[in-house]
Amino acid sequence: MSQPAAPLPAISKAVIAVVKRDLLLAWKRPGDVLNPLIFFLMVITLFPLAMGPSTAEMQFYAPGALWVAALLATLLSLNSLFLSDFEDGSLEQMLVSPVPLSALALGKAWGHWLTTGLPLVIVSPLVAASFQMSLSVTGVLMLTLTLGTISLSQLGAVGAALTVGLNRGTSLLSLLILPMAMPMLIFGARTVSLVAAGDGIGGGVYFLAAFAVLMMTISPFATAAALRISNE
Amino acid sequence: MFKFFHKLASPPHFYELSEKMIPWFLFPAVLLIGYGTYMGLFVAPPDVRQGDSFRIIYIHVPGAYLSMMAYSTMAISAGIGLIWRMKLAHAVAAAAAPVGAWFTFIALVTGAIWGKPMWGTFWEWTDPRMMSELLMLFLYFGYMSLRAAIDDVGKADKASAVLALVGAVNLPVIHYSVEWFNSLHQGQTILADDGPAMGMDQLAPLLVNILGFSILFGALVLRRVRTEVLYRERHKRWVKKMVLAGNA
Repeated sequence: MSQPAAPLPAISKAVIAVVKRDLLLAWKRPGDVLNPLIFFLMVITLFPLAMGPSTAEMQFYAPGALWVAALLATLLSLNSLFLSDFEDGSLEQMLVSPVPLSALALGKAWGHWLTTGLPLVIVSPLVAASFQMSLSVTGVLMLTLTLGTISLSQLGAVGAALTVGLNRGTSLLSLLILPMAMPMLIFGARTVSLVAAGDGIGGGVYFLAAFAVLMMTISPFATAAALRISNE
Repeated sequence: MFKFFHKLASPPHFYELSEKMIPWFLFPAVLLIGYGTYMGLFVAPPDVRQGDSFRIIYIHVPGAYLSMMAYSTMAISAGIGLIWRMKLAHAVAAAAAPVGAWFTFIALVTGAIWGKPMWGTFWEWTDPRMMSELLMLFLYFGYMSLRAAIDDVGKADKASAVLALVGAVNLPVIHYSVEWFNSLHQGQTILADDGPAMGMDQLAPLLVNILGFSILFGALVLRRVRTEVLYRERHKRWVKKMVLAGNA
């Protein structure tokens, strides 16, 4: 285990390389990006069908519906975060690399956000418009979704690392991550509803930002520890 | 002192010692819970506003307290196991989880039963403490299913320890974020700022029961750790020797 520590520029170079590699992989396999996105839109479609299409009702539940759909779509994509690396052996290369594993884990989590979180944020105005959200509410929605999906990618990386290589990975991963993802859902959806009801943005956004920073700080280390354990 | 812990961590020694320790936990627990529950149900005066309904707190509050104590026991022993590679600590974490889940369940059920006459509903989705307890139950479920999904005991120990620690970091965040909703749960009673809002004759049985439940928790965890140890060491010589001698 005792390898010479890599200098800082080498670390940031490696992190960028990991992110670039994931972006390239996503470009070559567009299904990985599109599937969660399509799933997101499908879940959204369920809500007007199940809860009634009147405009007043829709405006009431739209923030929650959007957030639940984003949460589920992110969960769906998390399972494959380390799977292909695990299968083709590149995960083992990351484990033996002189670059700290936690740095590479950070790169993986950012790669996940760029390929799933960011597309969700980009599509969300379209969905918001279909629910007749005003422009300012849409802006708040995008802001909360950005911060929330960043935390979700970081938090989810820990769960994905813990369950990589397990048979019942997908359902287990949701079981592990969902309770811990509640704060994001509460603050994300509530902030959007409050703004839609005419209140100010308030502390919710600050909380989401703080949580994202907390997750970015802790989760790379937990992810690295989990990856080591999963690959013993 | 250090030698004592070192010796305690050795499975055969622990197995032998715990057998002698369990009665020392179990009997005081039964006595305290029996006394506390009797005093709470029959002797303590009824509440001014809630009448006799309040008496469910003698089970509800210890259950809720233990659900949190079990989680911290689990997270702390998981941390000890991860950092000092102490297998017995992992066994304690694994044993504390189902016990904690049951106490959480007790707290939820008694809370719901109390809620019906008091709030007019079994379940109130916006109450932060009910939501915290429910999410706590989910965290326990996640921990236990992760353990169940990994066949190798050593790997399950370490993976679940990471999960327990991440959960412990997130727990306060979860708690305070559900508190953000408006609460209709009654305010804190025991640790209220201007001294306890309950009379001493109502409070004393509650404290006795909390103590009794905590000791009971100790006894239950010890019992489960013994089984864990036996299972983990099933291929070792001392277990075979003991089983053959008929002492297991």
